[in-house]
Amino acid sequence: MAKYLLLKHYRGAPAAVNDVPMDQWTPEEISAHMRYMQDFADRLEKTGEFVDGQALAPEGAWVRYDGEGRPPVTDGPFAETKDLIAGWMVIDVDGYDRAVELAGELSAAPGKGGKPIHEWLEVRPFLTAPPTVTE
Amino acid sequence: MNEVLLRSLIPGVIAILVRRGADFAAAEDAVQDALVEALRAWPADGSANSPRSGGASGPAGSSGGGRPVRDPKGWLVTVAWRRFLDATRADAARRRREHLLDEEPASGAAPAVDDTLQLYFLCAHPSLTPSSAVALTLRAVGGLTTRQIARAYLVPEATMAQRISRAKRTVSGVRFDRPGDVATVLRVLYLVFNEGYSGDVDLAAEAIRLTRQLAAAIDHPEVAGLLALMLLHHARRAARTAPDGSLVPLAEQDRGRWDTASIAEGIGILQTALARDRLGEYQAQAAIAALHADAPTAGETDWVQIVEWYDELVRLNDSPVVRLNRAVAVGEADGPRAGLAALAAVDDACSAGSSAKGHRIPRYTAVAAYLHERDGDLATAARLYAEAARQAPNLAERDHLTRQAARLNARR
Repeated sequence: MAKYLLLKHYRGAPAAVNDVPMDQWTPEEISAHMRYMQDFADRLEKTGEFVDGQALAPEGAWVRYDGEGRPPVTDGPFAETKDLIAGWMVIDVDGYDRAVELAGELSAAPGKGGKPIHEWLEVRPFLTAPPTVTE
Repeated sequence: MNEVLLRSLIPGVIAILVRRGADFAAAEDAVQDALVEALRAWPADGSANSPRSGGASGPAGSSGGGRPVRDPKGWLVTVAWRRFLDATRADAARRRREHLLDEEPASGAAPAVDDTLQLYFLCAHPSLTPSSAVALTLRAVGGLTTRQIARAYLVPEATMAQRISRAKRTVSGVRFDRPGDVATVLRVLYLVFNEGYSGDVDLAAEAIRLTRQLAAAIDHPEVAGLLALMLLHHARRAARTAPDGSLVPLAEQDRGRWDTASIAEGIGILQTALARDRLGEYQAQAAIAALHADAPTAGETDWVQIVEWYDELVRLNDSPVVRLNRAVAVGEADGPRAGLAALAAVDDACSAGSSAKGHRIPRYTAVAAYLHERDGDLATAARLYAEAARQAPNLAERDHLTRQAARLNARR
């Protein structure tokens, strides 16, 4: 088994095919989208492939050490252009192919007009310790 | 083994040990040891609940396997005190041990109520951060395990264990010699209540249990006020979310799903407290909650009286959050224009401090959106709902606000 991180981006990723801001959807379309994501997570929980999923607020800041005795530097509370992560899901699957398959499925969540949003997702493997000999 | 009974005994036992001279951290450790012993030795059918008359059981037998325990608390005190002495013996010189043995009081009924009260004050000590105070209260007064507290706060158990042991170190030198501040204790209990995750431990229910205990121990109108406030909020909990987890606003809630027994109890407690004419902010908040709970339909809510209570609240504790909520009530009582005017005053009140950092108080934008919608300005309302969704502190609120924006955009 191998763990993968599925990352959803607010910005920075290429535009989705069905790229309409959520507040332009109908309430029913939003509900359908939420249900799809929940069903997806529920299903992975049943197959034992779900590890964790969290959503993140859109506002973040870059922070950097700025020398002895000085407060850390931040670029302020606003982040107009930088890439930001909207949320993640960690899955524990058989291998890369399954991770890509699931990311594709998640990307097909319905959006405006009930059609899939075709959102870009980033798939990143976790670094793990090498297996012991007895494994 | 009755876990609820055990939990209710823990604070009293810790408090007795501390009063006899044990350090708080050492007392807590000794009581945990005694609990392990109790789990091993006590009959599995929880017969601590069924006293047997005439038996000479009780504190004398720490190996009472199979026999009912007549006085579980006395039993725990005895075992925990011995554990504490053993630990002290291992650590300290013989003289100190003999001194402590000399001081061991005769067993007998102890005035548990005052002791427990001091434990509340210790756990809400001003030298603790709020999160530490909350964790320590749940552990020492609530008797929850570290694992239960960690799960309730959705953090790893190791993280919570560190938080609790740091808190214990912080208060280890603190003496029980002067009464603490009731307001601090109430704030800690309200923090627990507002967390409200429901899993292995329902923090809202736990906060109510602890506040009930505190109210039984101390005659204080604000303790009663907080208990009433919690009961009234908790009574509406089932109706506040839809089966899919989404938020249901007050006006749209199915009032048939409100817990009328809790509402009646909360109102009764509040009325008794108010009759004493020592108003405080929890009583005022409970009065507002009671007016909501009392209305048969949302349309019959007595908004005029609610605004009056908000005026009292502003007088007792003028904060931007109180003024924001007041603006909502004014909007209902006197129309959206009046509400927007009241909201503008909130903006002035906090523009000096908080807006410099680019942060408005939570839900300000959501309230502005709501008032603009009621005023008929749907375009502004939709834009503000979308903005409020981006600022929302949790997913349920974010989704709710996004739906509001979508609803208005679909109508235009």
